Formats: sequence, C-alpha cells, structure tokens
Amino acid sequence: MSRLSAAARRDIEVQSYPLILFILVPILALGLQSFVSLHFSRFDMLDLPLLVTIYFAISRRNPVVGTVVGAVIGIAQDGLTRQPLGIFGICKSIIGYLAASLGVRIDTENHGTRALLTFGFFFLHSGMYWLLVRRLLAQPYAWGWIHELVRAVVNTIVSVILFALLDLAKQKEY
Amino acid sequence: MESFLSRYKNALVLIVVLLAQVIGVAIQVRRPLPKEHAQPDAGGVRLIRYWAISLVSPPERLVHWLGTSILGVWDNYLDLVHVRQQNKDLESELRRLRIQEGGIAEDARQGQRLQQLLAFKEKYVYHTLPAQIIGTSGVEQSRILSIDKGAKDGVAVDMPVITQDGVVGRIREVFPHTSQVLEITDPTSGAGVILATTRIRGILRGNALGQPQVMSVMPDERIKAGEPVVTSGGDQIFPRGLAVGYVDRVIVDPERDPLVDVVIRPAANLSQLEEVLVITNMGAEVTPRQKLDMIQSEAVASTEQLRASEVLAERLPSRIDPDAPPDSEDNDASPDAQGEDIGRPMRPPAAVHADRFTPNATPAATTLTPGARLAPQSEGVLTVSKPRPATPSSSSSGVASGGTDSAEVTPKRKVPEMVPDDGSRPPAGTVTRPAIANSTGENANHAPASTPKPAASASTVSSGNGETGSSETRSSTTGVATPVTRQAVPKTNNAANAGVNPPPPKTIVVVDGPLPPSAKKPASSTSATTAVPRSSTTQPSSGTPAQHAPATLSQKPSSTAPVQHKGPELVPDDGSRPPPTMLQKPKPQPTAPAQQPQGGRL
Repeated sequence: MSRLSAAARRDIEVQSYPLILFILVPILALGLQSFVSLHFSRFDMLDLPLLVTIYFAISRRNPVVGTVVGAVIGIAQDGLTRQPLGIFGICKSIIGYLAASLGVRIDTENHGTRALLTFGFFFLHSGMYWLLVRRLLAQPYAWGWIHELVRAVVNTIVSVILFALLDLAKQKEY
Repeated sequence: MESFLSRYKNALVLIVVLLAQVIGVAIQVRRPLPKEHAQPDAGGVRLIRYWAISLVSPPERLVHWLGTSILGVWDNYLDLVHVRQQNKDLESELRRLRIQEGGIAEDARQGQRLQQLLAFKEKYVYHTLPAQIIGTSGVEQSRILSIDKGAKDGVAVDMPVITQDGVVGRIREVFPHTSQVLEITDPTSGAGVILATTRIRGILRGNALGQPQVMSVMPDERIKAGEPVVTSGGDQIFPRGLAVGYVDRVIVDPERDPLVDVVIRPAANLSQLEEVLVITNMGAEVTPRQKLDMIQSEAVASTEQLRASEVLAERLPSRIDPDAPPDSEDNDASPDAQGEDIGRPMRPPAAVHADRFTPNATPAATTLTPGARLAPQSEGVLTVSKPRPATPSSSSSGVASGGTDSAEVTPKRKVPEMVPDDGSRPPAGTVTRPAIANSTGENANHAPASTPKPAASASTVSSGNGETGSSETRSSTTGVATPVTRQAVPKTNNAANAGVNPPPPKTIVVVDGPLPPSAKKPASSTSATTAVPRSSTTQPSSGTPAQHAPATLSQKPSSTAPVQHKGPELVPDDGSRPPPTMLQKPKPQPTAPAQQPQGGRL
C-alpha cells in the first residue's frame, strides 16, 4: 500500500523514468486499445493513450514534454483511425500541456488528486474531440452526458490502477 | 527576446504544435480530387499512418499469433470430441447444399442470360481472399478494422470485405502487409442497398451510435422490422445481392423531416469478427465450379421432372378418357402455335356458308372490268305462299308454283356473277330476273322480283338506240309484278331475240334514282306510265293490295336457249347509271362510265 501512496514532493524531484518506458508504454497502450477492442467491444470506452499521456505529463511536470508526448501519442492514435491525423494529436497535446502545468503546482502523487485530474481531463478531452469532429470536420458525433460520465468514471478507475503500476517503474535518483 | 522565449517557452511550444496539427488537418480535409486521381490519404499523411500501423501491428500480430497458436493446438489436438460425427454431418450437409446451390446457380444463369440480352453487366464474386482481423481503431467514433493482408497479398483499395453472413465493409487503406477495413457502420462509409421486399433503394451509412442506417428514405408503411436488406450494386463496389442486414426500426430523419432513416441490424456480427473474405476479383461469368453445379442441377431437374410426369400420369388415370377420339386437330403443333411466330396475323375462321362478303370471295381488281359490277346470281325454285297475282306464270327454265301458301326456296348455287354495265348478261349463262308488273300478262309466268318495288308510277322511256322495248320486257301499266327473264347476251343481240319473244307494247321502267333530263319527259313516252318508286314491297298499280309476289329464280343452263328480256329492270338507286334504255346515246359506249357497287342491281 505504501507503493501506491503518493510520495513527498522532495522524493518526486529526484525520480525519473527510463527512456525505453517512454517508448514502450505508449505503443503498448495503443496495441492493447486496438487489440482488446477487437474481442471486447466495450473496451473502446477506455482511452489508454489518454491515460498514458496524463501520467507522463503529471509525472515529468514539464509542459513541453507533456505537449510533445501528447502530440506524438495522439497522432499515432489517429493513424489507427479513419479520421485525419491531428485530431487526437491536438486534444492530447492540450491535455499534456495542462497536466504538466498542473503537476508543477499541485501534488499529483496523491491518488485522489490523480483521479480528479483524470476525470476532469477526460471530460476536457471529450469536449475538445467533439468540438473538432463536429465543428471542424462536420462529422456526426453523438454526445451523451451519461455516456461520457460513465466513460469518465471507468477511465478514472482504470487510471488509478494504471498509474500505480507505472509508479513501479520509477527510478529514484538520489 | 531571449527572456521572452524562455519565459513563454511552454506556451510557444504548445502553440506551434497545435498550429502545425491544425494546418495538417486542414490539408487532409481539403476537397477530394476525382476518383481516378484521388487517394485515401496524401503521401505524407499515409506515411505517418503507415508508421503508426507499423508500430501497432507487430505487437498485435504477435499477440494474435500467440492466441491463434494456442487455440489451434487446443482445437486440433485436444478438443476432438465428436469430430468424426460432425464430419459426417458436414459432408451430408455439403452434398445437400451443392444440390441446392446448383438450383440457385441455374436461376442465376438464366438471369445472366437475360442480363446479357439487356447488355447489363452483373458482377459475380469470382475470387476471395481470406484474412484475419488483427485489430481495430480502438475508438468508438471510428469503425476501422485491421486485417493481416496487404498489397503484397493482392489487396487493393475499395475491395469489398464480407463474411459468410453478410457485408462487413470495404478496404480503405492498404499497406504492404496490413490493410484497413472501413466498416459499414462508420459514418463516413457508404453502400448502395435495397430493401428486399419493398425494393426501396437507399444509401447505407453508419450513424453516430455506430448503427448502420439507410439515409433519407421516403416514408413507406410497407417497411417493417425484419425485412432483409441487400446490396444493390449501384455503388460499383459491392456486388449485387449480398446480405447487409435486417430492418430494425424506422426513425424520422432529424435533418430532413419528411424523410425517414431505416436503422439496420447488420447480418454479420461486426463486434465479434475474426475472419473475413476480401473480394479480390469480380467477373461477369460464373466460376467453373458453379458451371459444373449447373450441369448437375440440370440433369437432376430433368430427371425429377420426368419422374413427376410419370407419377402424375399414374395417379390420375381418370383424367384420361380411353374412349375419347384422338385429337386430330393439333392446332398447337404448328410452329406458330408453339410461339415461334408470335406476331402472326389473326385470321377469321372459315365461313360455313360462303357468300360474297366472305373474305377472298371477291375477285381481284385486275380481273374486273371498269363499269361492270358483281351481282349475285341465284337459281332454284322459289315457292311463295302468298297468292299469285292475276297473271299466270310459267318458266321455261325453272319451276314456279304460285298460288300456294307455302314458300319453298331451293337455291342451287349463289355465287357472284359479273354483269356488264350495259345491262346485258355475261355469256356464261342465263339469269331469270323478276319483274315488277306486266300489264299484258304475257310474261307473267315469271314470279315477281324477290326484291320488288312499289309500282307507284312508271314510264316507258325510248332510247335513241332503239333498245327500248326491244330486248327487255318491262312491267305493265297494271302494276302487277311480272318476272323478267333475261339472258346473258349482249343487248346488241336483243333485236333478234325480240322476234322470238316480242316485248309488250307498254312497259314500266323502274327508275331507281333521279332520271336524266331526257328521261323525265313524259310526253316523249309512248304511253303514259307511272314511275315506280323503290320500296321493299311490290305495289301493283291495278289496285290490288300490296303483297309479295311469288318469284321464280331460275337459270337456263343451255346456251342455245332463246334470249328473253322481259319485264322491268331495276337500276341502282343512286341514279348514277340509269338503264341504257333511258339514255339518249347516239351509239353504244364500249365501256360504262363507272363501276357500280355490288348489289346495286338485282
């Protein structure tokens, strides 16, 4: 349980992640999102690339890194869809920037805080995505508050578990 | 400046990244080029997408291979219970389906022949490529599938993707080893479909909830839930007749209020797809396997038909009467009746009693003489029951019994006969014509005309050529119907016949129509006579009641018989051709001025 609890700000500043983790985790998230949805159609309620973006943004606390990571993951996710490249990239770039900016000011090592941030960022992500798809691309998009609320709750729950698992890969640098 | 960049570095990076992506999106969503020049994605975009696919596909393929291998080992080596029985059942099912397919293929071939007649090109599924689904887009709003076959396997853009249950979608992007399939449930997809029962056509697209629906259809009460929906072939992508799904419900189109959207329940289970078939080749001909099935089905069908006929003949013996005479009139055996000459002309049946109105009884126009007319000739014995007029009658060529109450007509033959326009008869025979009246009674041996006319007034007209009274005996002033016996000789010979049978001193000319000016002069006549208007009954001028006089129609078969022209002559009622005796001709004309209609003269 102690591994899941948020660490002190002093400890966080000396933590870092191996480079391979920055590469494999997004790819694994995209792969799982694509593969699991094939056999479990309800799995597409999750947005693993978004959760990975939030995690790396609030952990690194660098808005530039968060923006770039969000853009790369978003564009890669766009590559799996039929929509133009950049829709998810724009959304996740903004989410990465905001998450990294908030990570500097608040304690994001707390699981409650992470859950609240994930819940809010997911709604923000859905709102931006609806705006881009519906207004910019003029494509049909069914917006349902209940549906989006359920998705946000599910993603929040999954994010808590996922973030705790990713915390295991932290490298403390003293 | 340096401090500005360092101070707003994060925001500037965000702005640059967002601006670059917005520009990239704007480039991608520009107006598409024509189909022959367009590509699903531009080169750069396709490269990025290819990178993303390349990053995601290997782990997906690896995971899929692991899963397939494990399941394969389990299914092929462990889970083999009841496999032998299933194999037998499947083989029998396969035989049954092949026979059924043969029957269907026969119908398809018939349809193909008809389509060839109409120059309609139908596309048949000629070759398919099985592929496995290795992934999806993972996004609710994007209905994309990834398959493990790409360009190196022969997959191309816009190839249809189906399953054994129905349509899945079409190829959207092709990479060397993978491809993207756009499902029919995607909002950007499109397929021409037709409702199988109501034959309503429409475009199938996915709605925002991921359900396929036929967009903007006119409201129709016939559209019911469960109605099958198949591809129409109008989109030039999907072959015609592939199952798409079934009608789920009808909803009002929110953007086009009078129109409705028909929500479809897909026939293929799009949420549990594992293997699909990519139609890589569509031809206008059936496959050799289908041709073989057609031949087999034809043989089976002909055998079954023959057997059914035999069984029907055995089970229904009462329908065949053994005592019935054979059908000698096999009208349907003619080629025309068999449908070889559908457009043959309709002909009336043969007449039981031919007359002059019978088709083909009229002689050809080339055989007719201008001015001549065709008159019927009757012969036989006519006995009229009415009392005979006062004058006795006798006939040299026929038998006429007057004064009896019974009428008996025994015509031997009634055929058209050519009568010269000058009133003479053709030399072929002699015609006994009825007369209207005879004052002297010398020619009263002939019965009155069968179509007598009332003897209102008559006048004897002397013609300039001396024909008056020389060859024809007209009715007498008494008005009693008197038959006239004429012989088919020219009038020029009537002068010699006049000595054999001298004409009476007074004759009545039945004028049928307006008289010529010369004939209207009563003073020129030898005696005052009364014109006889036309009527259906004979009205004797002697004051006897009007009655039908007995008539005797006879024909002298002997050509040497004396020519007799006695009694009045009936002329056409149109007045176009008065009798020759009424015309003041300096000399006889070789031809008549005009041909008279048939039946104008009796």
